[in-house]
Amino acid sequence: MNEQNHILLSVRDLQVRFGNPARPVRAVDGVSFDIRRGETFALLGESGCGKSITALSILQLVPSPAGHIVNGQIHFQGEDLLLKSESQMRHVRGNRISMIFQEPMTSLNPVMTIGRQIGEVLVLHEGLAGRALQDRIVGLLDAVGIPSASRRLNDYPHQLSGGMKQRVMIAMALAASPDLLIADEPTTALDVTIQAQVMDLLAKIQQEQGMSILLITHDLGVVADNVDHVAVMYAGQVVEQARRAELFSNPLHPYTRKLFAAVPGSHKRGQKLDTIKGSVPPLDRKFTGCRFAERCDDAWMRCYEQVPRWLFLENDDPHGIRCHQYDASIDDRPSLTRHAPAEAKSSVERASQSAGEPLLELQDLKVHFPIHKGLFKRTVGHVYAVDGVNLQIRKGQTLALVGESGCGKTTVGKALLQLIRPTAGHVRFMGKELTELSGESLRRLRARMQLIFQDPFASMNPRMLVRRILEEGMRAQGVVRSEQERAERVTALLNFVGLPESAAERYPHEFSGGQRQRICIARSLAVEPALLVCDEPTSALDVSVQAQTLNLFKSLQEQIGLSYLFITHNISVVEYLAHQVAVMYLGRIIEQGPVAMVIDTPSHPYTQALLAAVPRIEGKRGEAKIVLEGEIPSAINPPTGCHYHPRCPLAEPRCHTEYPSVRRTADGKQVACHLVPGVD
Amino acid sequence: MNRYFSAFWFRPLLAISFITLLLAVGPELLGVKSAYLTTDKLIFVLFAGIVLLVSYIHQKKHLLEPWRQVFRQRRAMISLVVLVTYASIGMLDSIHFRTPLPDSGHDNQQYSVESLSVLDVMLDRLRSQEEKTYSAPFAAYLYSKETITHADGSQSREYPRLVYGGRHLADPARDRAGDILRTSLIGIVLGAVIGKLLCLLLAWRIARASQQKVMALWWQIWKGQTELPWRSLFLTLILLSIAITSAWMLSKYYHVFGTDKVGKDVLYLSIKSIRTGLVIGTLTTLIMLPFAILLGILAGYYRGWVDDVIQYLYTTLSSIPGVLLIAAAILSIQVYISTHPELFTTGTQRADLRLLALCVILGITSWTGLCRLLRAETLKLRELDYIQAATALGVKNFVILGRHVLPNVMHIVLIMVVLDFSALVLAEAVLSYVGVGVDPSTISWGNMINGARLELAREPMVWWSLVAAFVLMFALVLPANLFSDAVRDAFDPRLRESR
Amino acid sequence: MFAYILRRIFYAIPILIGVNLLTFTLFFVVNSPDDMARMHLGEKHLTPEAIEKWKHNRGYDKPLLYNDKAEGAGKFTDTIFFTKSVSLFAFRFGSADDGRDIGQDILQRMWPSLAIAVPVFIVGILFNITFALLLAFFRGTYLDVWGVILCVVLMSISALFYIIGGQYLVGKMLHLVPISGYDTGLNSFKFLILPVIIGVIGGIGAGTRWYRTIFLEEINKDYVRTARAKGLSELRVLFRHVLKNAMIPILTGAVVIIPQLFMGSLLTESFFGIPGLGSYTIDAIQSQDFAIVRAMVFLGSVAYIVGLIMTDISYTLVDPRIRLD
Repeated sequence: MNEQNHILLSVRDLQVRFGNPARPVRAVDGVSFDIRRGETFALLGESGCGKSITALSILQLVPSPAGHIVNGQIHFQGEDLLLKSESQMRHVRGNRISMIFQEPMTSLNPVMTIGRQIGEVLVLHEGLAGRALQDRIVGLLDAVGIPSASRRLNDYPHQLSGGMKQRVMIAMALAASPDLLIADEPTTALDVTIQAQVMDLLAKIQQEQGMSILLITHDLGVVADNVDHVAVMYAGQVVEQARRAELFSNPLHPYTRKLFAAVPGSHKRGQKLDTIKGSVPPLDRKFTGCRFAERCDDAWMRCYEQVPRWLFLENDDPHGIRCHQYDASIDDRPSLTRHAPAEAKSSVERASQSAGEPLLELQDLKVHFPIHKGLFKRTVGHVYAVDGVNLQIRKGQTLALVGESGCGKTTVGKALLQLIRPTAGHVRFMGKELTELSGESLRRLRARMQLIFQDPFASMNPRMLVRRILEEGMRAQGVVRSEQERAERVTALLNFVGLPESAAERYPHEFSGGQRQRICIARSLAVEPALLVCDEPTSALDVSVQAQTLNLFKSLQEQIGLSYLFITHNISVVEYLAHQVAVMYLGRIIEQGPVAMVIDTPSHPYTQALLAAVPRIEGKRGEAKIVLEGEIPSAINPPTGCHYHPRCPLAEPRCHTEYPSVRRTADGKQVACHLVPGVD
Repeated sequence: MNRYFSAFWFRPLLAISFITLLLAVGPELLGVKSAYLTTDKLIFVLFAGIVLLVSYIHQKKHLLEPWRQVFRQRRAMISLVVLVTYASIGMLDSIHFRTPLPDSGHDNQQYSVESLSVLDVMLDRLRSQEEKTYSAPFAAYLYSKETITHADGSQSREYPRLVYGGRHLADPARDRAGDILRTSLIGIVLGAVIGKLLCLLLAWRIARASQQKVMALWWQIWKGQTELPWRSLFLTLILLSIAITSAWMLSKYYHVFGTDKVGKDVLYLSIKSIRTGLVIGTLTTLIMLPFAILLGILAGYYRGWVDDVIQYLYTTLSSIPGVLLIAAAILSIQVYISTHPELFTTGTQRADLRLLALCVILGITSWTGLCRLLRAETLKLRELDYIQAATALGVKNFVILGRHVLPNVMHIVLIMVVLDFSALVLAEAVLSYVGVGVDPSTISWGNMINGARLELAREPMVWWSLVAAFVLMFALVLPANLFSDAVRDAFDPRLRESR
Repeated sequence: MFAYILRRIFYAIPILIGVNLLTFTLFFVVNSPDDMARMHLGEKHLTPEAIEKWKHNRGYDKPLLYNDKAEGAGKFTDTIFFTKSVSLFAFRFGSADDGRDIGQDILQRMWPSLAIAVPVFIVGILFNITFALLLAFFRGTYLDVWGVILCVVLMSISALFYIIGGQYLVGKMLHLVPISGYDTGLNSFKFLILPVIIGVIGGIGAGTRWYRTIFLEEINKDYVRTARAKGLSELRVLFRHVLKNAMIPILTGAVVIIPQLFMGSLLTESFFGIPGLGSYTIDAIQSQDFAIVRAMVFLGSVAYIVGLIMTDISYTLVDPRIRLD
């Protein structure tokens, strides 16, 4: 009975449908959960599982007329929100329940000052005006950590960085002191360092105000760090729910277990990552069995024939689950197969570490974009996107290039492929100087280095058959001359990346994100490259799909000795796949070396802070939590001296004036920092 | 060999060759001399292009899908029926020939100077039944009084009976209403029967294509249970055939839309105007399209000085108010035509050249909007990953333009083409009014309006040619607009037309 | 800002030169002045003397580009190109066929034209935005669906019909205002009211539909969802958030209306007998007075370029992201 009083929000059997009533998409299909006062509750799930729609339903903001809530109750402080009229709901929104969204870039009104946007809430729900209003706004901006808040009042959103915008969103959400804050992927669009700042801010405010937070996320790492209770969603339903500690130490549902197993990391190096076969079933049909059955390794007949009940297991901790495996009333349960992790093949791994001659060398690579201004478009300055980068990739090895967005890592990739012509420096690839090549000879050499993109949806021409897409490179390079051979080659490539032969006669839009990424890999393999430049190749993919893709990358390297330049911000992917790591900050490499040395014992203060900001499933962040302050400066006017000194807690006077030279450390790294002693 | 036989272009190309052959040899076989105008030929080229395109789209599932979406809308289906009817009339009016003169010798056959179209032959009655001057719709008497000499030699001023309109009536005042009612009833019944037969024919075709039983499908259609709204299509078809047959029956005995100043049947004029409207709406686009597409994607893809030059070109052109540029160009052409009379054998040819010139000039003034849109879209596209991937694969630039850029901007081209169509049809009327439109001898809605405008002040008013022109124009433009709406919704709802 | 305007004016020069070259080619190269004279004089009066006289009266008896008979700079200035085309840059338009000074005429006729065009422009935009907001507010309902269909119907009707129909209905059947003519000062009001109303009605179909698409596009953006999540009412969301953002595309479209206004004024002025620039142009076209057409082409493109610059400047008023420098 006391329990009842603690419950703030209670969702019961929520059902939301989209599209035409004849064949509706059951986006949310019978979701129930409770949120207690003062706790953080996470809805965890991959894209399309219905978690965001659930959140929007609470505020009755489901986009209509496309979608509509067909059933369920949402009890909030004793009232059913679904019974409230639109005008009654307006008193709830922004006042008692408020919400922040994924994209801070687009979620603020671009033509209204941030002061007015926050003020709107206060005028509406608190009835403030004049001086009091101004003071409250400044107070709120202060509280969310916006420096010199009173001067920022009249700024427009475009004058703020992404992290700052999300802080403004939070200020707006907090303005009327709500009892519940819904945060829909609040940090997905932000860098890890900013993500850490924002999550810390949310935790701090929660402590101060005692409100509840409903956190919607796909990121196991975020959940691991900041949450009390977790509900895992799959295909429109909650499949498992427990306290965080319980769920992380004892995941029960086959789907949840698979999710954990699919996350890459250093401890899984040399093994194949666990993957989930198949893809999420379409939601426009009625399910007769478990939704996960088709992808589940442990499914048996009953799973296809009977919809599993929602069970409560009274372990040490209450643990809800929707799976026949745990239903005591079912007696034909087979014994669980707990897959033993595959044997590590670290011996092979280590061997390749030192082998191989250099395939690609970047020397002092510079890419400067001129800024034009004035009557005759004179060049008044430059964006120093890449400013003197030295890198080396050996045959059959993987170099990971990491850094925050805007540090120039993508530009490095495009410049070495000569998709952007470098301003200065050398790119030596297979013994040829690429910067001096052009026209036909460059076109020929391009076959040997290929590019894999982040967004598998934009990287294939939607109007071409997969066969034509795969053949394009062969034709352009004249790799295979006869029609017959080309067809054989296409089949072989598709098999190689694990797709059926029939895929050749289909169009890209008929495939899921992970499958598309594999087609893209097949496309680049068609021209027999030696180097693949992968620009965030898995960041648009869900964890389970990411695992499949990473496995493919790994096996390609083992089988045909490909080299990779892996451009990414995802540290766990780096740990899993890379041999060498280079950390980039504002157009320059500040630390590089073997992966174990850089990740485990980072030398540069920036690398240390960056790694500390990465949320980890394996437990809390390091005890000495370093939160990186501020954001990456503009590449137009880089700070004098060491670029990092304005954010560096250890900065010394000479850091302000002098850019540190690159020095070698005892453990074989190259670091550009005054504070790191070199060995030579 | 088999590969060519099954290719998408094989059957339509066969059909096109057959039609071409028919058009080339047909007139000779019938004993007349073909006299195709330049615009006629272009219209058939356009027609052939559309046939090929339709067959191509029919082959590609991903191209077909948005079209299915278009036709799932009832409005689009209804509009299509009307548009196809208009187009057929326009096509019939584009097969020109000259008849042999009866009294010339066999070895040296002479042909009349005046060229006729198939439509003229079909509407021969309307064309030849000329009155003296104005007469109101369904009138039996002329609009103005005349001095009539009676049999007994006495003279009086009265409204004379028309030569053709209502001549079968003994006493028009008494019999006319009943006669009109009877005739139109016959027309309606006949139309309904013909319409239903057409529908049955169509249903049989659909059933064969989808391998269903005809009667089962027939009932499904009338219950509205089919995926595509065939019922709407059938209803429109029946209504249209009723309208056409009633007009046909009535026009046997009356001037349905009255007659104009020189006594020509207004119904005939407004039907003949259809071809002019269609020519301007379609050929203009056909002429400007290659420029707009080529320049637009070149500017967007290559940027740099290519972009600067192309941007300069279209900014300059679009900075001149269109009507003035058209006026200036048409004036120049008028001068040219009047100083080079030796180039044209017939007046029809001269008028046709002016029509074509108008299309060219309208094309020049209207390509800038599309070019700008295409440039912007190409700028976006060239940054897309798949274009970068193609570059990285070593694909040549012009191949990228043709294979990756062009197919992905075609939806914009399509939307603009259908949008422009109705605007151009409306523009013809305005330009003809201003005096820089089609040749005054060409029959067009603009010229009809222009001619009738001066008579508005007369008492009682001469309103019929004006109304006829507006109604027929509206009946073309409204379906075109509704259709283009549906096309835009299906292909790119986010694309705002530049106005 | 000042530097920006200067730069835009600087960019406008090559465009105006292009316009000039184009008209020069159309009027003097495609057809020689002799051809024009022949056509103008007609068959009856065609003598070499008459042609010479006709050309001399209009100053067309000079060489096109280079005069080797003249002295010094006159080799270039004493040509048709210089006197007829280059002088346009100094707004010297020369004289019409009837001997009147074109510059003077234009100055005089400008005001009636503006008296119609400006109200049509402003009232039209206000009307269209209001209707479009209404449709956007009721989006997805029958009101919206039929509203859009009504718009399509309205835009499918010829502009000539609006004018003729309006003139007939109001002027003839209801006898409210005179159907044509013009007067100066306040009296002009009763002559102007009908053309303005007709101009506005004629533009409602296309305008409302266009603004509606803009509003709907804005309504689907993320910041609108944020505004709703704050608890703002739908009306406030529309007026306070959507409208202001929609002003950016609306402004872009506004400058494109300018040529259309010109087109409209051609028709209305000639139908209503208003002595403005539109009827001036139409008369010139019908009497084939090339000097006036040339002047109007030049002025038209100047107006268009000024419109473009003004649009860019007005962006800074509605969009804080844009800084002109």
